[in-house]
Amino acid sequence: MNAAQQKETWFGQAVRRLEDDALLRGKGRFVDDIHLPGMLHAAFLRSPYAHARLGAIDTAAAQALPGVVRVLTYQDLRPLLTCDRIPLAMPSGAIRFDVDPFVLARDEVCHVGEPIALVIAESRHVAEDALGLIGVTFDPLPAIVDPREGLKDGAPQARLDCPDNLVAQMSAAYGDVDGAFAGAAHVIAEDFHIHKGGGHSIEPRGLVARFDAGEDLLTVWDSTQMPHQAKRVLVRTLGLAEHQVRVVAPDVGGGFGPKFVFHPEELAVAAAAVLTGAPVKWIEDRFENFMSTVQERDQYWSVEAACDAEGRLMGIRGTLVHDHGAYTPYGVALPYNSATNLIGPYVLPSYRLDIALSLTNLIPSTPTRGAGRPQGTFVMERLLDRLAERLGLDRAEIRRRNLIQPAQMPYDSGLKTRDGGSMIYDSGDYPQCMARALAHAGWDGFEARRAKARAEGRVIGIGLSNYVEGSGRGPFESASVRIGPSGKVVVTTGAAAQGQGTVTMLAQVVADGLGVRPDAVSVIAGDTAASPLGLGAFASRQAVTAGNAAHQAAGEVRAKVLKVASQWLEADPEDLELSAGRVHVKGVPGRGRSLGEVASALAGLPGFALPPGTPPGLSAAVDYQPKGMTYCNGTHVCEVEVDPATCIVSVTRYVVVHDCGRLINPMMVDGQIIGGVVHGLGTALYELMAYGDDGQPLTCTYADYLLATADTSPRIEVHHMESPSPLNPLGVKGAGESGTIAALAVIASAVEDALKPFGVAVRDLPATPSRLFALMHPDLATPEARL
Amino acid sequence: MSERVRIALTVNGTPREGEVEPRAHLCDFLRHSLHLTGTHMGCEHGVCGACTVLLDGESVRSCLTLAVQARGRAVTTIEGVALPDGTLHPIQEALSAHHGLQCGYCTPGVVMTLIELQRDLDGGPADEASVRRALAGNLCRCTGYQGMVDAALSVLNAAPRAAAQ
Amino acid sequence: MKAAPFAYHAPATKAEALDMLAGLDDARVLAGGQSLLPMMNLRLAGPTHLIDLNGVPELAGISRAGDALVIGTMTRQRAAERAALVHEACPLLAEAMEHVGFQQTRNRGTVGGSIAHMDPTAEIPVAASALDAMLTVESAAGARQFPIGELAEGYLMTQIAPDEMLTRVALRLWPKGHGHAFEEVTRRGESFCVVCVAALATLDASGAFSRLAIAIGGLAEAPVRLSGIEADLVGARADQDAFRAAGAAAGALAADEAPFAPPAYKRHLAGVLTERALARAAGRARRAAA
Repeated sequence: MNAAQQKETWFGQAVRRLEDDALLRGKGRFVDDIHLPGMLHAAFLRSPYAHARLGAIDTAAAQALPGVVRVLTYQDLRPLLTCDRIPLAMPSGAIRFDVDPFVLARDEVCHVGEPIALVIAESRHVAEDALGLIGVTFDPLPAIVDPREGLKDGAPQARLDCPDNLVAQMSAAYGDVDGAFAGAAHVIAEDFHIHKGGGHSIEPRGLVARFDAGEDLLTVWDSTQMPHQAKRVLVRTLGLAEHQVRVVAPDVGGGFGPKFVFHPEELAVAAAAVLTGAPVKWIEDRFENFMSTVQERDQYWSVEAACDAEGRLMGIRGTLVHDHGAYTPYGVALPYNSATNLIGPYVLPSYRLDIALSLTNLIPSTPTRGAGRPQGTFVMERLLDRLAERLGLDRAEIRRRNLIQPAQMPYDSGLKTRDGGSMIYDSGDYPQCMARALAHAGWDGFEARRAKARAEGRVIGIGLSNYVEGSGRGPFESASVRIGPSGKVVVTTGAAAQGQGTVTMLAQVVADGLGVRPDAVSVIAGDTAASPLGLGAFASRQAVTAGNAAHQAAGEVRAKVLKVASQWLEADPEDLELSAGRVHVKGVPGRGRSLGEVASALAGLPGFALPPGTPPGLSAAVDYQPKGMTYCNGTHVCEVEVDPATCIVSVTRYVVVHDCGRLINPMMVDGQIIGGVVHGLGTALYELMAYGDDGQPLTCTYADYLLATADTSPRIEVHHMESPSPLNPLGVKGAGESGTIAALAVIASAVEDALKPFGVAVRDLPATPSRLFALMHPDLATPEARL
Repeated sequence: MSERVRIALTVNGTPREGEVEPRAHLCDFLRHSLHLTGTHMGCEHGVCGACTVLLDGESVRSCLTLAVQARGRAVTTIEGVALPDGTLHPIQEALSAHHGLQCGYCTPGVVMTLIELQRDLDGGPADEASVRRALAGNLCRCTGYQGMVDAALSVLNAAPRAAAQ
Repeated sequence: MKAAPFAYHAPATKAEALDMLAGLDDARVLAGGQSLLPMMNLRLAGPTHLIDLNGVPELAGISRAGDALVIGTMTRQRAAERAALVHEACPLLAEAMEHVGFQQTRNRGTVGGSIAHMDPTAEIPVAASALDAMLTVESAAGARQFPIGELAEGYLMTQIAPDEMLTRVALRLWPKGHGHAFEEVTRRGESFCVVCVAALATLDASGAFSRLAIAIGGLAEAPVRLSGIEADLVGARADQDAFRAAGAAAGALAADEAPFAPPAYKRHLAGVLTERALARAAGRARRAAA
């Protein structure tokens, strides 16, 4: 650790991560690194059809292949289960049909890649050999690939068990929106499409399940963001008690949303382990990942915006058709996030968005980094760009006129959060945030740069986007802090880590409370045996929820140390301090005891009294319940250069000013933001999950589906503001997803700005070269240009 | 099941032997036969770069190299990068200092690529564009690449080691 | 994503390899494996026998024979990219090679493997086409030669028979002072090509083209040579009008449907890149003459 890290407080320091050393040496422990004696390997037979009635399944030949242990179908697993479907959908009054997934397909397959059968074999190679020997009779049915088509009268059913495809509908609304439009000086209308985007953690999904009959314990090592949720589902579906199931998330090679969702394979493999009595491993391969891991983002918006003569927003109204996919493994809040995030940092007096969730024969749609918010931000920021154009205003100026002012904080947006509370922005200085971003990016000097570039025959553009992200969602997160006679500080938490630096973050918070170095703190995250209660990683929440839980728990342990030590040292607690693993009289390190000694006294000896007035054990457990969501915000400005001949877009400059309250570890926050921006850059420019009209996925390799790479990612300049959240003791807000949220909008804005002379309006993402070509040459455009 | 083949090779300087099906790729062999699980598999079709190892000193996709093809050859994996006394290689050290890793899954492949780049440059200067180009074959979903680029530049453009004096 | 089982053969000599090819049913040769092994992992290919050429040293190597650069089929792409002889005598190939795959795949991938695979978007066949490559294909029965233009017989299909393999690629060298350029558009940075163009040119003392070659990849199943315009432009001044004429000829070529690369866009790119490549090649030739 460097000199700066010798300071008294660890909070706010760019502490090097505790996670790094093992990962750098190849000593991480990811799920596929787990090798158990007698372990068997699983492979799934998946549907080749987007929609078909499932007939007979002949497993005899596969079963006869040497090395195959079992071939399992729905009918084989159902006797082990308490219910037909996996109960996953979060409650919502808007849901019309129960389309929870099955463990394996039962009567019908509803997307390509849906698991139908499971081979358990001595090796993955043999398991895959056996897949080709399973005979399945399919009766193909029409597939719904475009969610808008599915809502039309007479459209085929995406699922035979639902009478129509409108799985849910809802609205986000407040104010007199029709009145606003009636009295508006300017009204614009636009249609937008935001395309699918995947999580694409470089480690695919996977799990190892072992049922130990002797201990009567099912242990599942699962590459998940939500071990406690996985345990809850396994307990319920397998009819076990809580003490019979342990779920551990080992090192997880990235999450980004999809690993939030419990997938059917997790239950199927666990059930197979129970059935065979042997440990079973399944590691998703990349081809499966493209066909079976949940994705997000396909939305079609038709919206109007109304403003007064000065460009002040009066109302926005419209409709949103959301691709729900074939099942509901999560709920229906995703498009609601889009709807509520649309308002962003702006005063929007009235709003009505009618949302239709359409069943399709595609992979289920659930949150990916940003969780619906990038779409809402994209739509609002595109509308503001259009209004600016209509009014002849600078894009920054129209935003300036609409931003919520600091004096309006806390600001009640008028919307409800999904738990029914009011959506209230807790803190932030949006005008200053945007002003700083514009200054850093040299917004005002851009026209001079453009003119210079034009003289050199280059085409450049600049874009701007603001955003707000609701983060730190509850209802709670757990953390306990324990010190035993060894003197080691151990933190256990229901939070789960997939690379965010959760361990380091919690260690920093606890180190401050206990006067130790962060590397003296051991953090156990993602193990249901270590933390009875917990939720996990979603909604950019763990610094807010687990961070405050750990902070509070460390404070309670500290108080206990001081109480015991003040008796021993005959000193007032105010005259004591904790440092270097000891409690001692301020300024007199020699007059004190180690934390281990305090813990030893509180561990008790048979028949001897504990220190007077103190309950046993040097530990505290806190389930921190946030009072409400904390809202981080920021402004992105980027510059692009477009080669108008090839339509290749290069992002040449990218500036972020970000405000997520107090920073626990600025280096890690930068890492979250930069990583999030590049994820969004992929969505904006490269990532395109293409399907044939029959619902066949056409882009199931990384040669076809393109993630942003080092050579296509710009250097991203991150600047911070720190408006503390008044809602939690640490004053922190979430940061995990915010980078992604504005990236789509800002890149669209910049590309459009560059290509305005060519008549290009960006309404669809990704803005691929062939799409831009079609927009620039409508005379040559062909139907396939939609790609 | 096809026949199994006995192979002998050197891994991280140590002679190793194993028996493999010809269809087993080097990545599966390293991970599941030798239990060197630091080399990761992300796509198994040669694009993501997580499985990159050095074969006789050159970076290769271990998912696109058969284990039998490594017979008699020298393989270096992430486990063999730090010094025997445990001291991290400067590239490993820099990746941590510059926050060039988050989940750590792609990291072993990144390290192997950068070690080869360092050797190819042979002390010559590196600019950001060339480092980014060299890393184009290593997908990372966490970091946005910036930390690893900065880490690489800090090592590649560092003053020559004191040992050279 | 595990390959189906196969029998593995590791010949030590070319003769041994050719005998195996003659004697084994459903056999494929394994060169660098950077295209074949992904297809096998995805079970899109599943030969019964795999004949690994990586242990046959005589199949690799780069040498000069008169006005030809002879490249053994198993020469690693990275070796060709870095070879001093290639840089000096055939800089087009070196420039094209930088666009091939990633460094980690070039370390293993081979020149001959790429040509024999005949991916429509592969760069090496395009450069080889501009360089009038003569291919040597051998079987146990003997050797035969034909120009690269006759190789393709369909998408990912060639006239190399099941008992034959490509053993040598001879590239016709251009005189000292020629100009070269390789232009490519990808969907994303260092990734797979949409359209690429290789151009070679020599100029006479007056600044007119004395000879030129243009090959385009990505439009169809095999590289296309712009023979007509190559002939038309000989004697023409190497100026913007000439570059544009070449671009127009390229833009008029037919283009196949391809995911993410609609024909109209590919034709447009062929025009743009041809104009750019020829301009750059001519510029280099002009500078070399000066």
